Amino acid sequence: MSALFTKDTQAIFWNNNASAIQRMLDYDYVINRTKPSVAAIVAPTSGNKFEKFFYGPDEIMVPVYRNTAEAAAAFPNADVLLNFASFRTAYDVTMEAIAIKGQFRSVMVTAEGIPERLARKMNQAARDAGVIVIGPATVGGIAPGAFKIANVGGTIENIINSKLHRAGSCGLVTRSGGLFNELSNIIAINADGIAEGVAIGGDRFVGSVFIDNLLRMESNPEVKYMVLLGEVGGTEEYKVIEAVKSGLIKKPIIAWCIGTIAKHFSSGVQFGHAGASANADAETAAYKNTAMAEAGMFVPASFNDLPKTIADVYAKLTSEGIIKEIVEPALRTVPKVRRKKEFICTISDDRGDEATYAGYPISSVATPETGFGIGDVISLLWFKKRYPKWATDYLETVIKTVADHGPAVSGAHNAKVTARAGKDVISSLVTGLLTIGPRFGGAIDDAAKYFKYANDRGMSPAEFIDYMKKEGKTISGIGHRIKSVRNPDLRVSGLKKYAAEHFPSTPLLDFALEVEKLTTSKKDNLILNVDGTIGILMVDMWRALGYSETDIDGFIDAGALNAFFVVGRSIGFIGHILDEKRLGMPMYRHPTDDILYNVEYADEI
Amino acid sequence: MAQRAIREYDGKAIFSKHWENYFSGFRYGFKSVLVTSGDDLRVKAQEHGFEWLKQEALVAKPDMLFGKRGKNDLVLFRTAKPGDVTLEEAAKWIDEKIAHETILLTGQKGTLTHFIVEPFTPHSQDQEYYISATTVGEDDVLYLSAEGGMEVEEGWEEKVNEVTIPITMDDANIEHLIRSNVPAGIPEENKERFIAFAEQFYKFYRDQNFAYLEINPIVMVGNDMHILDLVARLDDTAGFMMGDAWCGAEFPTAFGMEDQSPEEKAIALADSKSGASLKLTILNPMGRIWTMVAGGGASVVYADTIADLSGNVSDLANYGEYSGGPTTGETQFYAETVLDLMTRHKDPKGRDKILIIGGAIANFTDVAKTFTGIIQAFEVYAERMKAHNTRIYVRRGGPNYEKGLKDIKEAADRLGLYIEVYGPETHVTDIVRMALEK
Repeated sequence: MSALFTKDTQAIFWNNNASAIQRMLDYDYVINRTKPSVAAIVAPTSGNKFEKFFYGPDEIMVPVYRNTAEAAAAFPNADVLLNFASFRTAYDVTMEAIAIKGQFRSVMVTAEGIPERLARKMNQAARDAGVIVIGPATVGGIAPGAFKIANVGGTIENIINSKLHRAGSCGLVTRSGGLFNELSNIIAINADGIAEGVAIGGDRFVGSVFIDNLLRMESNPEVKYMVLLGEVGGTEEYKVIEAVKSGLIKKPIIAWCIGTIAKHFSSGVQFGHAGASANADAETAAYKNTAMAEAGMFVPASFNDLPKTIADVYAKLTSEGIIKEIVEPALRTVPKVRRKKEFICTISDDRGDEATYAGYPISSVATPETGFGIGDVISLLWFKKRYPKWATDYLETVIKTVADHGPAVSGAHNAKVTARAGKDVISSLVTGLLTIGPRFGGAIDDAAKYFKYANDRGMSPAEFIDYMKKEGKTISGIGHRIKSVRNPDLRVSGLKKYAAEHFPSTPLLDFALEVEKLTTSKKDNLILNVDGTIGILMVDMWRALGYSETDIDGFIDAGALNAFFVVGRSIGFIGHILDEKRLGMPMYRHPTDDILYNVEYADEI
Repeated sequence: MAQRAIREYDGKAIFSKHWENYFSGFRYGFKSVLVTSGDDLRVKAQEHGFEWLKQEALVAKPDMLFGKRGKNDLVLFRTAKPGDVTLEEAAKWIDEKIAHETILLTGQKGTLTHFIVEPFTPHSQDQEYYISATTVGEDDVLYLSAEGGMEVEEGWEEKVNEVTIPITMDDANIEHLIRSNVPAGIPEENKERFIAFAEQFYKFYRDQNFAYLEINPIVMVGNDMHILDLVARLDDTAGFMMGDAWCGAEFPTAFGMEDQSPEEKAIALADSKSGASLKLTILNPMGRIWTMVAGGGASVVYADTIADLSGNVSDLANYGEYSGGPTTGETQFYAETVLDLMTRHKDPKGRDKILIIGGAIANFTDVAKTFTGIIQAFEVYAERMKAHNTRIYVRRGGPNYEKGLKDIKEAADRLGLYIEVYGPETHVTDIVRMALEK
């Protein structure tokens, strides 16, 4: 707990600040982190599911969520929130994050000028919840060699020059973010760099103050001494003075308060930050510098002498053997020129010895002894993981069930007409497939969508029927031309039987069967039909496999259900096309006596 | 952006606007006008709703953020005896005050421009109370006293009850806390009234995002409240949430602070239109050392160091900063403004002018790009700079700093300007020492 961040620390970045995130990832790559430091991005108004970033020479995808709760649920180990919201929303974002119990250890708030009362509430709520707030109005902090917040440290060149790529032995706390880099540089030139550094923020009310950070550094064995850069205004430095006097802090502190200039001018001139104006003598920089020196801290005569003070303390600690020499780690370099990829593929890879389906070499899934069926291959290539056998068996059942429904249905008819016009298999197949849509095959999609919608919102079967009536829609998945309660569709019976025996549970099917009870009480043929059963059971399958409702809605919206129909029915279409070719049937022309002509002759020509 | 003082008149206007929502059971007349001259007052008296200016005895005083107006003899409430000031007398008094400079006991001086005029409220000392609220540390503190006026200030420790209210405390506990801390000196018949008012006062202070709010004295006559004197500061960072709740209150500059110069105003205007930060305050137009520093923190340490090392703070001519990635054009405008000011007056002792172009190690500002703007300003002002024997000292780090330093050195050499340039290997403020030692 003593170190603020480790090499495993991961953050959720609130706001898609692409350049800052890229700088974090560049840093991660250079210092050889195994995991990127940004686990996820929260962007409430983004429609994207991920953003691409460079990680060294390659690109990686960082997932994007609409709110912090979802991102936190997906990344329970990401315990830092980098709150880059504006001063208008930063308070709400922090409060929302604090409310997620057990998730965040620290929240960094970059916004400057959050209303003071809100900042005070936010800081108190965080303290009560045991969450460290860094900021507001800060560039953040860094644990060199482990984790870097956003823009701290500047360019990679400067990071290396300022020895921010690996832990040194100084704990640095500043108020100013602009001077943080400068102090890191001074410490790098005059000592061995910093072990941990935080810019606490320039607003009047900040979450973690000097003493919070210095006490943590006192207990962090990596930190051998501290540098504190305070500012005119406020009394926070006195808490440090008390801690030094009482022996709570024993490590040497080099301290300086900037803003000694302010004593020369009336209160009208604001030197520095919003927090920086002295309301009493004790709040002036000069007074604080004297008090810190009296408490035994190392205080230079002026800011210009700070480097020498640091060099002296460092030399003393080195000669005492408290600071040991640092072995410089090997670093990776980020290529100067990097090209963004135009396409992304997350399902298969043909770059190795053998192409893979979701990580499985083709040979490991192709032949019968592998135990993989076509259902397994579909689950790998469509859903990026191998489903359990009960589920892949269901997928295969669906494909077999929808493979054909005779020559009269519109898709098959189109395919046959095209084949008879002398077109090839592909053209003929495509005309059949193009028929698939809301009226032909589309009932699977709609049934899944509407039944799930009603079930998600806790509608009763009667309410659902009412709702669909009000919407002016027939209920997809209900009704059959010939089949009825007394003359059941055996395909449906088979699917239901399979599900009852093999699915862990079938909540949506149970709901649909209650709906069917009501509809069939009105008319005998308003049964749950095969399209409805397939779609509804597919939802039950996904639920049992652990997908979230959002994921399942995504599958439905993407047309995955339609896709099963497409695959299955293609088998039948091709059958009809081959049948036509085999029979050598001539060009088809529809008989005119089967067409009602209703065209008036033009009055004038 | 911070806590900013508002006029007494605006503070009272905010009270009046929200009175019914907070102070139910109490009455407040809000008979106040803010005027800038005697004629202004006379015109106001003709308006409907302001007949009282002609009918009642008046009190007039400057409304320009400074306190101790009574001690400075700047409260007009009597000519022969208290409560006999007429409209015409008040108007004449105002005209007399605006005609010449006023020096306060503190030494601040300036011209009075704004006055608040109100009815004279006859009352006795024992009807005066004190109430104020502010933030101390992380808590709110409500100050209550049974005595108001100057008396309270002279016996603060004994006479004032401090009620510390944590930020997260709920209303029921706040009410309980105030009730149990009511000053002992409040007479029994007024106690309940005072408690009720104090609770409402605190909520008003809190909800309206005041940073400081003081009424001294407040006079209670039955349920009539007379706010005789009011001091208020608002947290202007909350402005975006407050809509017109603040009645359009303005944030005047402190009395005695000279109004901003045209150059300062021009930079403030450019700042308001830019995503970057541009700040300029002229401390001494005759000063010898001029600064053009990138970054808020760095600008402070340069000012500190100049005051420390020069031994004479009046050498420091200006304070300011540019940061947040200004465009080349913005930097050029900023630089030209500073160079123009720097080359207006010869140093009275005939010394060289010193121009400090300083800055810490930038995070992501392109140093070469911002220096391009400064170089363009050099081109325009080179002759004037030479005429003032200007020595330029540059120190900067950050992206592209090598190119930036090389460019600015070459430009200065070409223009015949004296220049020394340093990078991150030199301590940020060490150029001040070098400049002063030469």
